[in-house]
Amino acid sequence: MTFTIPSFQLSSIGPWLTLTVTAILILVLDALSPKGRKVCFSWLALTGLAVAAFQTIGLWGATGADFARMVYLDNFAFFFYLIFILGAALTVLISRQYLEDYGKNMGEYYALILFATVGMMLMAAGAHLIMIFLGLEIMSIAVYVLAGLFREDLRSNEAALKYLILGSFSSAFLLFGMAMLYGASGGTLFLDDLPLRLGADPAMAPLVLLGMGLLIVGFGFKVAAAPFHMWTPDVYEGAPTSITAFMSVAVKAAAFAAFARVFFLAFPAIKVDWNMLIWVLAVATMTIGNVVAISQTNIKRMLAYSSIAHAGYLLVALVAANQLGAMSLLYYLLAYTLMNLGAFGVVILVGRKKDSYLNIYDYSGLGAQHPVLAASMALFMFALAGIPPTAGFVGKFYIFSAAVQAGYIWLAIIGVMNSLVSVFYYLRITVLMYMKPAEADLGPVDFSPAQTAVVALTAAGVLAIGIFPGFLYNLALNAVKIFPGL
Amino acid sequence: MQLPILSILIFLPIVGIGILLILNRKHHQGLKVATLAISLVEFVVSLPLWFNFNSQTAAMQFVERREWLPTYGISYYVGIDGFSLLLIMLTTFLTPICVLATWDDIQHRVKEFMVCLLFLLTGMIGVFVSLDLFLFYVFWEVMLIPMYLLIGVWGNPARRVYAAIKFFLFTMFGSLLMLVAILVLYFHYGKTTGTYTFDLLKMYGMSIPFNLQFWMFLAFGLAFAIKVPMFPFHTWLPDAHTEAPTVGSVILAAVLLKMGTYGFLRFNMPMFPQAAHYFVPLFSILALIGIVYGALVSMMQKDLKRLIAFSSVSHLGFVMLGLFTFTMPGVQGGIIQMINHGLSTGALFLIVGIIYERRHTRMISEFGGLSTPMPIYAIIFMIVTLSSIGLPGLNGFVGEFLILLGTFQVNKVYATIAATGVIFAACYMLWMFQRVMFGKVTNDKNQDLKDLSWREIAIFAPLILFIVWIGVYPSTFLDKTKASTENFLAMMEKAKSTQVSQSHVFKGEAQ
Repeated sequence: MTFTIPSFQLSSIGPWLTLTVTAILILVLDALSPKGRKVCFSWLALTGLAVAAFQTIGLWGATGADFARMVYLDNFAFFFYLIFILGAALTVLISRQYLEDYGKNMGEYYALILFATVGMMLMAAGAHLIMIFLGLEIMSIAVYVLAGLFREDLRSNEAALKYLILGSFSSAFLLFGMAMLYGASGGTLFLDDLPLRLGADPAMAPLVLLGMGLLIVGFGFKVAAAPFHMWTPDVYEGAPTSITAFMSVAVKAAAFAAFARVFFLAFPAIKVDWNMLIWVLAVATMTIGNVVAISQTNIKRMLAYSSIAHAGYLLVALVAANQLGAMSLLYYLLAYTLMNLGAFGVVILVGRKKDSYLNIYDYSGLGAQHPVLAASMALFMFALAGIPPTAGFVGKFYIFSAAVQAGYIWLAIIGVMNSLVSVFYYLRITVLMYMKPAEADLGPVDFSPAQTAVVALTAAGVLAIGIFPGFLYNLALNAVKIFPGL
Repeated sequence: MQLPILSILIFLPIVGIGILLILNRKHHQGLKVATLAISLVEFVVSLPLWFNFNSQTAAMQFVERREWLPTYGISYYVGIDGFSLLLIMLTTFLTPICVLATWDDIQHRVKEFMVCLLFLLTGMIGVFVSLDLFLFYVFWEVMLIPMYLLIGVWGNPARRVYAAIKFFLFTMFGSLLMLVAILVLYFHYGKTTGTYTFDLLKMYGMSIPFNLQFWMFLAFGLAFAIKVPMFPFHTWLPDAHTEAPTVGSVILAAVLLKMGTYGFLRFNMPMFPQAAHYFVPLFSILALIGIVYGALVSMMQKDLKRLIAFSSVSHLGFVMLGLFTFTMPGVQGGIIQMINHGLSTGALFLIVGIIYERRHTRMISEFGGLSTPMPIYAIIFMIVTLSSIGLPGLNGFVGEFLILLGTFQVNKVYATIAATGVIFAACYMLWMFQRVMFGKVTNDKNQDLKDLSWREIAIFAPLILFIVWIGVYPSTFLDKTKASTENFLAMMEKAKSTQVSQSHVFKGEAQ
């Protein structure tokens, strides 16, 4: 018996390697360096991310698959790489000062973020369901640990445990769904082969449906779609704020990358069925997220429900299942990364030493005391609410365009009415900041350069891609050309 | 090469915001002077529009077009015709007046106030010049933010937040449905012609099945009817007007409400002409209810600002009635009445602002006999009141007369009912004037009220000038809109005789 090692090009997974090596380097340095001299890890992580970004840009335009067809090389994956890298880099930037306040500025934090990013890349580029599962687990395990980073804090513990248990449960669903598909397809899990093989035997149709349904459960959990969203508020509230930010953008983006790719590629034959299922999911997710967000008084919980609602909008793009829809998914995830990370940047700045100010009423009078900070927060809130000229508006415009184009007019109407509901709670933050007197003197905010830079950059980004959406539009449209059925 | 006047008008206030941001926030006077200068420059820049406007043609003028998102058919496409010309002039004319009116009124967060005001200016101009549906929608929504802040931050402390949120949510509700309608229209146009574009002028010629027109008209119409506001969507207006600071009320009444009526004229009717004809009875009757209901409710108000707010519902009812006659006098009267309402009601809010500044109350019962301590004020108040009632020789008469004339041509019953509105208007306005100004000074606090300062007279002088000008020689203004109105009527007339298919609900294009 001989094994032939398939030929492969290391450069096609260059970004993964760079991040992995950087993460290991951080771990080694952390172990070797004496206590109290751990400042450089964030810079190291950023350097790794920057190199990975350059490699991704270098790969742009490549096509095909590598590593025995296990890894896709396409712009869809690369676009997502860039979203993950952006999300991770901004997270690293907002983290340092925040963690130092807690005395938790440890090397493994940055290493875990990088590992999670690698997992996300596997998910976005996986050409085989097992690859996607591996990526999901690499990402999830890193994030479970990160959620429990503050191990002296009960809520952080609760978050980690809850996320771990429910997450494992959902992984099991996912895996079980893959097993069904393996059986139904007669023994393959390559996304390229699945559509033909799944349709081959009509007797297998129920199995295919079951497998597809289980996949929806698994992915639905990761993107925080109702009714699989129950973990979200508790985990988002309990986890360190920087990790909440990371989860709400990058983890969600990764899950959507895999979700979209699997469903667009593997199930064209049962499009009607999964369209209908996700339609229901999208409506439930938007509505529950937005309605429950109204009654939240903790800003992290509010943003948690808001992120559930945004998962709902993104599901609308999946339902539309046309080129515009896929494009809008990419655009919106990038826009969401910018606006949500920006909002969390402000939350961290306002929260200050050990998250002392997380109640939304702590934002009262912020407009008078810190005008620029308040103005940026207002910008992010308007962006999340989808008001022009921000990226949030353009994103929603694309998503609802896609829905209308596909003939889902009612879905679009439900979607816009949901944005109307969301306006209410986003506006409340601006009401508190500008129209209510301060409840207490907020005192000086410690503007660390890195955190300030994140807020400034994201604010500029939200406006820039909102006013000039053309470049990204073309990029994203180019990236979704890989789905022939759309 | 021609100067891109419209773009300058849109972006000059943004540049102005940049200038304000670098000024010291402590120097209130400096900030106000700077804003005044910017708004005056804006007005001067807009003058060539008026003088170089060719009133012989209905075609869009001063057109500028740049690609924005070409693959999506979105372009930066602006231009004006007679309708927009008048409204732009009204906007640029009123803005310096508003800035002057803030002199003593706004004392805290002056910088933010001025930034909001300029941002609002950009939005307003943008709405009136956009010829691309996407661009229009962007400006239409953008404008909400500064207005919301104006009401919520500088409004009356007691209920400003409620009013601001109500304003925002009401308007947003309508506009979001309009957004879906815009998208449906976009894909319908793309499907029937093969080109995907948000170009408004191309949409004009499009043939839309009646069924689709019906829904589209309602979706667009809801957004605009809320803005106008038409009965029964008017409930946000009294709150917003009453709680907003003086300048906010002025701009809200004078310009923002006109966006609703302008929307009907620019978008709803020409794009969905068959549906427009179909809906004439519904909208005319709603307009009539608005006229009478607004007037009756006005009569019962104890608060001056609320009274004027409800009178707006009544006046805007006239405008809507006029537009829906699809006759020359009706439509022209409607347009001129938009301007009139902007001038008179704007002036009325400024007048209330003056005594509010001095007495910090707007309750009619607190006043009485003000003409003794404030004679100049009394004269101005009287002129504006009469203009609002529609006294011949002043602007209100021209508009209302033309509207009634147009309405009489199509439906005598409507005209009769509308005419009662004029009578009611005389009742509530004169009664209010009498209670505030005439008689003996009953309240000691009013004994020593200061009469108008020179600055305040300077605020009213230009308004009065135009109130009289339109009243005496309306042709100056009617001529500008004549060609556009004729073109509009021809489009509506043509639609009457064209048959469109009845069915085909939009089903999307995929699958």
